[in-house]
Amino acid sequence: DPQRTTFLLRKQWSLYSVTPLYRFSDAHLRDYSRLLSAFIAAEKQKGLAGGGGGEGLAVEVGVELDVKVAISSLPELKGSNRDQAAVLVQLSLRPSAFSKNSEEKLIWSGCFCSVSGDDLSENMREDFTCLPLFLANGAESYTAIVGSWFQKTFDCCFHRLAISPFTLSWMAAMWTGCKVDKTASAVELVFSVPCLPQPLDISYAIHPEDAKALWDTVQKTPGEVTQEEVDVFMDCLYSHFHRHFKIHLSATKLVKVSTAIASAQCDGNIKFLQSQYLTGVLMLLTELAISQIQ
Amino acid sequence: SEKMQRRQSSKTPKQPLKVHHKNQTDLSAWRKRGTTDPEKSLQNHQSPNYQKDDNNQYSLEQALSYFEKVQDCVSLKKNSVLQKHLTTVESIGLQRGLPPEGFNVLLNVALSGKLADKVNTRLLKSLVPASVIPETSVVSSVSWLCVSKCSSNVQVLFLRWLITVFDFIDHKEKLHALYGFFFSFLQDEKMCPYACHLLYLLTRKESVKPFRIRRLLDLQAKMGMQSHLQALLSLYKLFRPDLVTINLPGKMKTFFKNSEGPWKAAINTVRQRNQENFPVSCPLFLGTAQPQSRKRKWNAQLIIPASSTNKNIFEKDREKNCVNLYSTNESFPVEQLQTFSRLLQNIHRLEFPSQMGSVLTNPLLLHYMNCIKDESIYLRLYYWMGQTLQEECTWCVADNSQYEEEFKDFLETIYKTECFLQEGFSSCEEFLYKSLPLWDGFCCQSQILRLVSWIPLSSFSEMNSQLYDPLAQLFFTSSLYFKCSVLESLKELLQNWLNWHLIHLDSESDSQVHSLNTTLSGLVNTVAELIHFVGRISTVALHLENNNTFLLYFILDFYETVCDMYLRYNLPLLIMPPAGVFYPALLSMDPVSLNQLCYIMYRYRTNLVAAKENELSKKKILQFKFSNKTYQEYNQYVIAMVGCLWTSSVFQKDIHPQGLRMDDELLKKTTVQEYKSSFNIVYHPAMMGYAALFLQQAWPDDTTFNFSLIKWNWYLEYLYAQGLKGLKVFIESSINRVSEAS
Repeated sequence: DPQRTTFLLRKQWSLYSVTPLYRFSDAHLRDYSRLLSAFIAAEKQKGLAGGGGGEGLAVEVGVELDVKVAISSLPELKGSNRDQAAVLVQLSLRPSAFSKNSEEKLIWSGCFCSVSGDDLSENMREDFTCLPLFLANGAESYTAIVGSWFQKTFDCCFHRLAISPFTLSWMAAMWTGCKVDKTASAVELVFSVPCLPQPLDISYAIHPEDAKALWDTVQKTPGEVTQEEVDVFMDCLYSHFHRHFKIHLSATKLVKVSTAIASAQCDGNIKFLQSQYLTGVLMLLTELAISQIQ
Repeated sequence: SEKMQRRQSSKTPKQPLKVHHKNQTDLSAWRKRGTTDPEKSLQNHQSPNYQKDDNNQYSLEQALSYFEKVQDCVSLKKNSVLQKHLTTVESIGLQRGLPPEGFNVLLNVALSGKLADKVNTRLLKSLVPASVIPETSVVSSVSWLCVSKCSSNVQVLFLRWLITVFDFIDHKEKLHALYGFFFSFLQDEKMCPYACHLLYLLTRKESVKPFRIRRLLDLQAKMGMQSHLQALLSLYKLFRPDLVTINLPGKMKTFFKNSEGPWKAAINTVRQRNQENFPVSCPLFLGTAQPQSRKRKWNAQLIIPASSTNKNIFEKDREKNCVNLYSTNESFPVEQLQTFSRLLQNIHRLEFPSQMGSVLTNPLLLHYMNCIKDESIYLRLYYWMGQTLQEECTWCVADNSQYEEEFKDFLETIYKTECFLQEGFSSCEEFLYKSLPLWDGFCCQSQILRLVSWIPLSSFSEMNSQLYDPLAQLFFTSSLYFKCSVLESLKELLQNWLNWHLIHLDSESDSQVHSLNTTLSGLVNTVAELIHFVGRISTVALHLENNNTFLLYFILDFYETVCDMYLRYNLPLLIMPPAGVFYPALLSMDPVSLNQLCYIMYRYRTNLVAAKENELSKKKILQFKFSNKTYQEYNQYVIAMVGCLWTSSVFQKDIHPQGLRMDDELLKKTTVQEYKSSFNIVYHPAMMGYAALFLQQAWPDDTTFNFSLIKWNWYLEYLYAQGLKGLKVFIESSINRVSEAS
């Protein structure tokens, strides 16, 4: 059911790389939900009660305690058959007896996945599960709690997955070349100017059709992108900008790329906008995550 | 973990909890030297304080039995026996901590009101646990409290004590059963804040009852908005928002009054002391001595406490359902692994902790790791360590520079672990390759250089580009001290490789361990590469540093290992030092260097002779034999040395292309008289001091320093007696024969 992956669209996801999970098993997802829910309750209380032992105790009042945890398998989200099924973690608030609406409210979600992550999973020992890419949406305090639990339980490590300017320029080129049905939004590149007393960002928006036309003249073989082509594409954009504004963008740092396909930031945040290219983008991100692990 | 249990048990309130106490991490470390340990006496025998420990033990036992039997109304002033025992309890309690069995006796007497308040207070103040506090002793104390035999001051002091040592109490189930009693203490105005705090620690979901909420609200109405009442109320509201409907200030931080009392400092002292004395864990343990890190990231934990795997949790859960089907092969929780003998007793049912990173600071688990050959262990450690190093590196990641001390400690811990396991981690190797090109050679210098010495030996070496190039760049541009440190760590690297080779050579016959991509020729090439690298940088460094003696010492030290590889490490490889090292050493101004060189040349000789003999005795062609070039080089050097030190003919006979051979015409131009003999054992600048002293002793009245008077045989005996052992073995092996033959 491809509909099951649409929850990923149009939301801001923080990216993490995750080392292989030790002794993780799809068969125990219900147990994991239960344990994680207990862990969350305990962590929230710990924030309240401190460690006992007579420390000066900080007490936080007014925190919701009743968090429901659902961990489920998401086999739809993978690139090849060798990929592990993705794992979705959702936290929602149970309706309290006093609030008016009685629906559960989703407050945080996280998704472990591997889309064509063969580089990592090949020859991996059986007791390890490779889901190198982790996406989180919601308060970072929950990311921290869930992440800590996974670290403790499956002996894995989470690290923020930053996207380098180099990768961002690849994304700009590749996504510009993708066909999108409806009238697409502009291609926007944001550059940050280094070494200034005040931060200065330059936003460079290009009409999607113009950008696509440029890319089509650059790309030699359809369906294949080379480093040289990416460089030429970016250089063309730079020289055009320089002609108008006398600013060398090559001396600045590319920090954000938004296209109709997706929008990515150098600090490791991404928003997916097109379901048909979801797998492709995730494949690229999986590759980035794996290179950070290995 | 404590909290998690709380939560779980709240679902099955009738079920008596299995005794599975997880303490806070620092506690488990600290408990390693509990006095109840059966091997305590054994440890005592090893400790130099054995006698003292024993005396203390005895006097404490006496004091305890005194307090057990003490009768009513003994006055402190008049009773010297009481004074004596009280002092014993105080001094042992505050310095070493009290054993678990002491608490029952002392709490009973302190709360029974038998003795004066002053005594009771002093007793309570000295109740510092050495390991744990038995729950039973706390329960009986509460019963004393309920009969109000003691004064209210003592009661308050007891509650404060209970809060402080809460985490040291071994179980808490019975304590939970007394919730109602503690709750009743709220009525007492003096005790109320402390009772609130204690209840806060004890409260579970099922403790929250409507009548208690009403009582709390009444109290609040009576006493006003007290922060301790509010804290307890807010906890109640968290557990049962349906029952506590009043509005509490949202997202507000309130505090319990600092109730640490007089114990906190003593607890820390005892903990530190016990850690220092713990024989096994001491060298590796970082534990609580670490300053609390205020980390900016939730997942950047450098020191991880050992805790059991989640598998245990599942099994425990299943046990409840399946009536202890699993109890026979239950695994031993790592939290309880405190002594080496525990490790031995439970090694068959021990499991690695949930996070492998925790083994780094746990020597007992490292012992275990040494016995278990499981690739998963190394893989888990590999990922964790690789990620942590990458993420925390202070010169690769921009914002990390403020955490340098922490990172230093981490590197230090890895190094110590590598020493313990006698093997390098591949994640650490990769980290070095990645980070060395960016390294300034200054940050964490000694840690990084020590880690270099544990780079694993492999036959597919990319070390030229990954290690040697960045290291050489730093080496040439850094201080003398840095150069010496690099040479030292490369020497250790070589020794670690040779040891590894030796061990694997032994185990090769019975297993195929050696087949990890390592062929002997590959290894030989890798080792040769290292030695050639050191030869190159040493030559340049001696030029740069003007043949500095200190530097030369480190270089020759490296060759002391190189010259013995064949015999000591069974590696078919010998490489002579380059001329750029040999000649500066031979002409050094310092007898230490010359003596070192003599020793090295002697060992080269011994190794080469042994190799030649093996070659001749074995009919079949050996896979490896030293090339004639090595023998040639050796011979050239020996000719130069003998020509220098003994026959005074070096300028004629040295045949090394970079050697000392010189025309007589040229030498005459120097206007040095007797130039031929100017480097023999009498006139050599490194030896002339000895020659002069020898002359003084032999002819005390002669002031002309007529060195030609020296009889070489006596002089040699004198030199040997001065500790020039290298010279001795060299002359005895190489020169006597030459001189006899000539």
